[in-house]
Amino acid sequence: MTKSYRSKILLGLTIAFGLSATASAQMMINGAGATFPYPIYSKWFDEYAKVDPSVRFNYQSIGSGGGQKQILAQTVDFGASDGPMSDENLSKAPGKILHLPTVAGAVVMTYNLPGNPALKLDGETIADIFLGKIKKWNDPKIAASNPGAKLPENEIVVVHRSDGSGTTFIFTDYVSKVSAEWKQKAGNNTSVNWPTGIGGKGNEGVSGQVKQTPGAIGYVELIYAVQNKMPYANVKNAAGQFAKPSMESVTAALGTANIPDDFRFSMTNAPGDSAYPIAGATWLLVYEQQKDPAKGKKLIEFLKWALTKGEGMAKDLNYAPLPDEVQQRVLKRIDEIKF
Amino acid sequence: MTTISAVHIPLEERSAQTRMASPSRFGDKAFELLTLTMALAVVVLIILIGWQLWNGSSLAIKKFGFRFLTTSTWDPVAEQFGALPFIYGTLVSSLIALLIAVPLSIATAAYLTELAPLWIRQPLVSLIEMLAAIPSVILGLWGIFVMIPWLREYPFPLLKRFFGWTPFFTGPIYGPSMLAGGIIIAVMILPIITSVSREILRSVPNLQREAAYALGATRWEATRIAVLSYAKKGLFGAVILGLGRALGETMAVTMVIGNTPQIAASLFQPGYTLASVLANEFTEATTDMYVQALFEIGFVLLGITILVNLLAQLLLRTIRTTSATRAVQ
Repeated sequence: MTKSYRSKILLGLTIAFGLSATASAQMMINGAGATFPYPIYSKWFDEYAKVDPSVRFNYQSIGSGGGQKQILAQTVDFGASDGPMSDENLSKAPGKILHLPTVAGAVVMTYNLPGNPALKLDGETIADIFLGKIKKWNDPKIAASNPGAKLPENEIVVVHRSDGSGTTFIFTDYVSKVSAEWKQKAGNNTSVNWPTGIGGKGNEGVSGQVKQTPGAIGYVELIYAVQNKMPYANVKNAAGQFAKPSMESVTAALGTANIPDDFRFSMTNAPGDSAYPIAGATWLLVYEQQKDPAKGKKLIEFLKWALTKGEGMAKDLNYAPLPDEVQQRVLKRIDEIKF
Repeated sequence: MTTISAVHIPLEERSAQTRMASPSRFGDKAFELLTLTMALAVVVLIILIGWQLWNGSSLAIKKFGFRFLTTSTWDPVAEQFGALPFIYGTLVSSLIALLIAVPLSIATAAYLTELAPLWIRQPLVSLIEMLAAIPSVILGLWGIFVMIPWLREYPFPLLKRFFGWTPFFTGPIYGPSMLAGGIIIAVMILPIITSVSREILRSVPNLQREAAYALGATRWEATRIAVLSYAKKGLFGAVILGLGRALGETMAVTMVIGNTPQIAASLFQPGYTLASVLANEFTEATTDMYVQALFEIGFVLLGITILVNLLAQLLLRTIRTTSATRAVQ
């Protein structure tokens, strides 16, 4: 009898503990947006669960457009985007939305040529290729930057992203800066009216199509070119140097890019000898005034952790971390979040 | 229970019993109502979808009007949107798919029902059904890595050599193209057309075949006159089912069609379909007008699907009436 009594108490205690455990695990912070940083964000959420087990993150990588829409509609606690929000979209927000850059990545020019020689390209040449003005690989403009490289008489097959993407935004942002003609004919957006070429869906679609098509050139995120063992070109930067795409050269570009106070910046064609010119950052979007104090507090704790400890994990996943100076500026901005 | 007891009741009383048996009538009514609601739910769903799409695209409809259907610029930067190349691509890729898949499917169905020995029939049927179970994205990957390199290497150059004098097979061969898109759709609609056709041919009464043989018809003649001709209407229905799928096919097509909004006579040129542009651009569309234009694309796709089905019904009716008048004469 005493035994069964004790077991009942035990059972009661277990249930009580179980309930309290689930109750505290109920703190769920929801986010949605960009696909590009998804791998590192999920790594952060995973690691952060060990730091603070009382909070859980749920991130839906539905695309930057969706991230912006959901933060505007306040259906998520934070949004994520590969491009800064436009003034028009920001004006629709019920409160002030802060842009917090987290990491950056490079977009590389990958190609498929016999023997795959190392290529060097400048911005004007890239623009002319994607405008359809340079049609053959042995064009004098390409040859001028690549003395000694064996360039075939092949026709150039341009491959671009068919889906709207932050990668396209970064690429067209760069080309718009270096070519007035591009800016006027196609412009800068997550997808544009392409003057020429075929469209592949996703980074894997573009890298697949470039790999399959002799004479093709396309743009993909650095990691896809590395993983698929595809060649990628060094690109001439604003300082006139040919920069090799790497995490270091992207961080260098972040260091020299002109970053305004609201953190809505473009880092393409950044000055500096070692800066790689076709690169972009990705942002978390949060309201300056948090509605739910408990959630807001936890979110700030996480953001601070991400911008310090989290940054250290970036390189392993092929993202370029923020330079120290930018990191400090973002941390200061996080302190301004009210709850 | 009531029926068992009813057996022992004299006739006059039994009629009273039937009058009293209202519970079963209530069941009938309830059943009728239930099925009616279910059937109406489908109609309501279509109307709701249509209304939602119309609502979501009202700004774009107001801004572009009829031009949306007749212009070919798709420029998210300048916010100029015209859907013509997508409409063209959807119709042409589906047409190519039908041209390839219909003869193949009907021939397969005819072989399976009329000619194939029993031991071959079941494995073949299972294989065809398995083809229908392959996820679209897998077919698309297969398209990129296996089909397109092969097409570019052998069939496309051959087509260019022998039919290069027509406008359809000219120009450079990239691989991803309208033709590749059509071929992938053909693979995807083959199973559905085949299995529906097979069911239809199976339902042709044996009397038909026996009558033809009795008149001295050969096997081919019996199949042609007694079976295929008899089942014409049903086979047409099978084709329409396939077409419905072809129009809305998205993932696999997106991966091989090249995604370029242009209207080119050559089938070697890349194209674009309505479903593909939706799948490609919806997630990253940030401005209002852009999203609205994409909604309108969805609305146009729904419209085309309904229109094509209506046209098919009309065609079916003309087939029926002409054959009926012929029979009278």
